[in-house]
Amino acid sequence: MNTDKRLIRKDSLENLFDILRKKNKIIYAPVSKNSKIIFNKVESFQEIATGYVQTVQSPKEVYFPRFETVLEYTMSKDNISVESVNPDDIPEVILWGVRPCDAMGIGILSAIFNQDFDDEIYNKHLSHLTVLGFSCNKADEYCFCTSVGGNPGNTEGSDILFTQLGENGDYLAEIITEKGWSVVSLAEGLFETAGEINKNQFLADLPSMFEIDEIRKNLENIYSSELWTEQSLKCIGCGACAYVCPTCACFDLQDEAHGKLGRRLRCWDSCGFSLFTLHASGHNPRQLQSQRWRQRIMHKFSYIPEKLSVFGCTGCGRCSRACPADMNILEYLISLQEATI
Amino acid sequence: MNDNPYMPYLMRIEKITYEAPGVKTLMLKFVKEEDEKKFDFEAGQFGMYSVYGVGESAFCIASSPTRKGYIECTFRRAGRVTNALSNCEEGNLIGFRGPYGRSFPVNEWKWKNLLFIAGGIALPPMRCVIWNILDLRDNFKDVTIIYGARSVSDLVYKRELQDWGSREDVRLITTVDPGGETPDWKGETGFVPAIVEKAAPSPDNTIAIVCGPPVMIKYTFPILSKRGFADENIFTTLENRMKCGFGKCGRCNIGKMYVCKDGPVFTLAQLKELPDEY
Repeated sequence: MNTDKRLIRKDSLENLFDILRKKNKIIYAPVSKNSKIIFNKVESFQEIATGYVQTVQSPKEVYFPRFETVLEYTMSKDNISVESVNPDDIPEVILWGVRPCDAMGIGILSAIFNQDFDDEIYNKHLSHLTVLGFSCNKADEYCFCTSVGGNPGNTEGSDILFTQLGENGDYLAEIITEKGWSVVSLAEGLFETAGEINKNQFLADLPSMFEIDEIRKNLENIYSSELWTEQSLKCIGCGACAYVCPTCACFDLQDEAHGKLGRRLRCWDSCGFSLFTLHASGHNPRQLQSQRWRQRIMHKFSYIPEKLSVFGCTGCGRCSRACPADMNILEYLISLQEATI
Repeated sequence: MNDNPYMPYLMRIEKITYEAPGVKTLMLKFVKEEDEKKFDFEAGQFGMYSVYGVGESAFCIASSPTRKGYIECTFRRAGRVTNALSNCEEGNLIGFRGPYGRSFPVNEWKWKNLLFIAGGIALPPMRCVIWNILDLRDNFKDVTIIYGARSVSDLVYKRELQDWGSREDVRLITTVDPGGETPDWKGETGFVPAIVEKAAPSPDNTIAIVCGPPVMIKYTFPILSKRGFADENIFTTLENRMKCGFGKCGRCNIGKMYVCKDGPVFTLAQLKELPDEY
């Protein structure tokens, strides 16, 4: 389907929101909470934050929840009855205000979850998800989407991408998918015909900072470099980078039982934790933080690209913003390009 | 939903065998007949065993695929799940999902000599292959098993060791670490690598299958290489912490390879291509 370009007036965005809410759509959007911008369920347009560069958390938890039941069970004296989770119970959700880097992350998670076989639970989330992307008209010093194949006006992963045409301007709406069209069909009158519009002039100016293919190539040579230790000396292994990341998919499976009732949960995990790989014997194949840091970088920039032909990073910069030890992935990636053993 | 990959088979513990201090073997049967019918596996594959309310653990299927209708697992009590499994009684119900991973290429080993070298609790992942081979004994040439443990009481499958030792068509060498012998111990005394060196196995038309604690493996590989075994003819099976079993949860990888789906069976040639992170 060809992308169709329409124009929506600045003041009509609220109308669009109200129409979607009246149709009982569940809408998640960035809101300001305790001076942090996060994705939350919203009831009114006024709740939606504006002027932010990036939310603290990626919207990942809407379609890959922090913990999610994969099966439930009831234990009795002589029997255990185990019920699989029913993916049809996953609600339909609209994600409003997704940055292009996060929208690109959805496809990367899809590639991971659907390698070898289809992950029905994840796929059901996606089929029930409509992504309303909003282009970036500003970036900060942590952003680097243009270095990993994205850009501030990238349509990839969005069903509709809105680009504000200048400060206080109206919005260009690029309708990209069938789901995008079904949103338009609910509010046909709001989407006007657009003339020739070059959105690029309204996007954040973000030059590419490194050659991603060079880094990928160089990673093959520097597995035993001292650099992993140097870079990770500050790392406290808190795992915040993985939790804010739109593409980190590694998970744990945990049982939670109360009396006779229990459930098995798929929960977020992080390769930054020492427990992640710890054997019951006490042996740990990645016992040093430097090994865990290397795993994080290798996984995203070498292993995932090799197996899935995508990079495990969208350049959102969240890991750098969230790091309590002020580790900056952008700086590290730049130095990895030139690193030797 | 039909294809929830996390959904285990429901298994009944048919029989519990005490093997060694902290080590037990569970014989598991499928509760549902249709599960048993569709289940099949190959020697060297593993599964996720679960105690409901506690969690899941990965270990090999220790029984041979030639023995139908049940599977066995042998484990040492070490963590939360193995403790819970250890407390189970005959008749209890547990979960099992699998089989996962790549098996030993037993079919490619026809008419070859087979040399099994195992240490401690690493005999179970080899036992499935040993019985697989012995159940099809005519297809293979000489079978040698070298097995060592810290002490006599730590040797697992004691009855089967007796059985293998008394067979004409198996050469069994058992050993215990110095200080681990009892007054009536009739086997060797010494560490596994030294016993392998002493046994002087010939590499001609021979496949070596080595499994044991990292230190045993580390010192056994060079002895085999020195004797002329090609890296492609030396096999091992690895373990790493796992949660999913099918390459998604992200923790069992060694470099770009996942132990759960690219392994757990690897040749020494494959291992040499991987970083030393296992």
